[in-house]
Amino acid sequence: MRFLLIIPTVFILVTTVFVLMRATGDPITAALGGKLPPDQLAELIHAAGYDRPIVVQYWEYLTGIFSGDFGTTISDNRPVTEVLTTYGTATLELASYAILVALVLGVPFGMVSGYFRDRLPDAVLRILAILAYATPVFFAGLILKLVFSVWLGWFPVAGRVSTDGEIAMQLAGADSGFMLIDAFKTGDPAVVLDVLSHAALPAIALGLLTAGVFLRLVRTNMIGTLGTGYVDAARSRGVKESRLVRKHAWRPALIPIITVAGMQVAMLLVGAVLTETTFEWRGLGFQLSEYLQARDFVAVQGIVVLMAVVVAVTNFLVDVLAALIDPRVRY
Amino acid sequence: MTSGEITSVGTAGAAPEHVAGRGAWFKKLPVVHQVRQSVGLQRGMLIAGLVLTTVFVLVAVFAPLLAPYGWSQLRSGDGVAFGAQQPPSAEHWFGTTVGGYDVLSRVVWGAQTSLLVVIVAVAASIVVGVLLGLVSGYFGGWLDRVLVVIADAIYAFPSLLLAILLAIVISGGQSSMWGGILAAALSITVVFVPQYFRVVRAEVVRIKAEAFVDSARVLGTGHWRIMTRHVLRNSTRTLPLIVTLNASEAILTLAGLGFLGFGIEPTAAAEWGYDLQRSLADVTSGIWWTALFPGLAIVLAAMGMTLMGESLNDLADPRLRSRARSGQVAGAVAATSVEADASDPENPASAEHSEENPKGGDA
Repeated sequence: MRFLLIIPTVFILVTTVFVLMRATGDPITAALGGKLPPDQLAELIHAAGYDRPIVVQYWEYLTGIFSGDFGTTISDNRPVTEVLTTYGTATLELASYAILVALVLGVPFGMVSGYFRDRLPDAVLRILAILAYATPVFFAGLILKLVFSVWLGWFPVAGRVSTDGEIAMQLAGADSGFMLIDAFKTGDPAVVLDVLSHAALPAIALGLLTAGVFLRLVRTNMIGTLGTGYVDAARSRGVKESRLVRKHAWRPALIPIITVAGMQVAMLLVGAVLTETTFEWRGLGFQLSEYLQARDFVAVQGIVVLMAVVVAVTNFLVDVLAALIDPRVRY
Repeated sequence: MTSGEITSVGTAGAAPEHVAGRGAWFKKLPVVHQVRQSVGLQRGMLIAGLVLTTVFVLVAVFAPLLAPYGWSQLRSGDGVAFGAQQPPSAEHWFGTTVGGYDVLSRVVWGAQTSLLVVIVAVAASIVVGVLLGLVSGYFGGWLDRVLVVIADAIYAFPSLLLAILLAIVISGGQSSMWGGILAAALSITVVFVPQYFRVVRAEVVRIKAEAFVDSARVLGTGHWRIMTRHVLRNSTRTLPLIVTLNASEAILTLAGLGFLGFGIEPTAAAEWGYDLQRSLADVTSGIWWTALFPGLAIVLAAMGMTLMGESLNDLADPRLRSRARSGQVAGAVAATSVEADASDPENPASAEHSEENPKGGDA
């Protein structure tokens, strides 16, 4: 029963976006109002069908979404679906790197923090974790950029790949949109290195934010499982402390960690929007802020709907996963 | 910062308030009580958070006295222009921005904008969230089910995106000082309402089944009086915790809105996120002062609130509450004793502790 809730959830999200975007009027007036004479504007509005009853438009919007049609952008006249698929991979790539950074930093340090609860390592790590998520991801990005790109010159300032790398990829016919895969396809280690050096700072900026959340999550749940009877029992049998942490305490802590980590997808996407803007990483977030500035609300609507649905579906999948892993979780 | 953790706050053994002991009134104030209850690192974190937050509030309130110039002032008193992107100097401690504003002044005035947004956002979401949660949990039925589904759907919505949509609706994206503050605050409010709704509703559903509510009903007390006097007053324990976590989130969301260009016009008020957006290009040419200071201001303000929220969260959860170490006494005694209680028999918390299950909530 619980699983069926995904349907009304997605429906409510999609409807909310529609209502909010139309509350201010039609998207063509928003984008071009004042730039065109009123009669031309009215013509465009009529051509796009924004002068029909709102219910008809809403129905068309709903059926369009379910058949994968999100409309056409106003500012650059592209199908929104094309925008989503082109830039979606870039955002996915950035999010994957960030999750990797977050797992590598958040999980081991969370274990250490939970094990040394209330002692020095815990104090230091917790302060760092709080610092990590009290820092807006764009400020972290700006500082990383300033220090490592501008002052030290170790990393490129912005973008996903240099022009040379891009040409090499085109010659190799690599166009998956996933830069690292494309770089491997060229077979040139210099291109791979180029892509990785572009990805390093955005991944760290977004990863640090997520790592702070993961650390806190792992710590809390480790404290819970470390205090249980079976950990005491294992310890009394002479099981080594390191094994105690890695096997006995960590495994049962994993289920709540997966559940809450899955709920961080929303945070990760919002973080990606801000990180991409900071580093001119041409993904969905970067496009979103471009379209916001152009007041192209058809494109904004498409990107926001996609992100909201991705979040809802991920949360749903995480619930299913938790139920599969843990026999005690039943809905 | 997830509801999963917030709602898991130890629900065991919540005695109705009138049962608890009678100490001095100020000992029972939400935060004062927790400071007394805490030990070691947690006390340190709580106090550090309190200090940072107090400084933030003081800077915001006394901004007119502290800021050397106005937030949109371009010339000094004798009519000489500040100049754009000037490095820090005696006249401009934090330098000037690309638009020729004084960075220090904008950082100080920005605290005021932030505080106003936080206050309006948190107050509005408490009123709406608590009211909806109370009615929904108390009466139940189809209204309750519909509200729960809607709240869950909105809760799953990426917060900044929802705030952007609402900012477009409320102000068309650009606005005056109060228009911008209200737009930002109300956008954040809609994001927060489901959190208060969920927490209050869960508490109300639990308390509704308690004997004292039945007694009141048997005595012929009206619904409204039961809801406000008996149920509401016992369902607000976890609110201070959510308020502090939300306040830091509000600061970050406001900055995020500003960074994406949906904040407040620079001439209408100072806003840290907007200043950071303007500093994007500066950073590439090595100009650090326009980014560093507004950014640090956000970090310190958000960190103060987060430190407070985190320690309040830990103190409310018996599994996470630190205990004073008394020579590592083994076993059950160490697990149940709390030094703060021993030293203060009147501490109202002691009534709660004795009933608490050591395993606590269900995170």
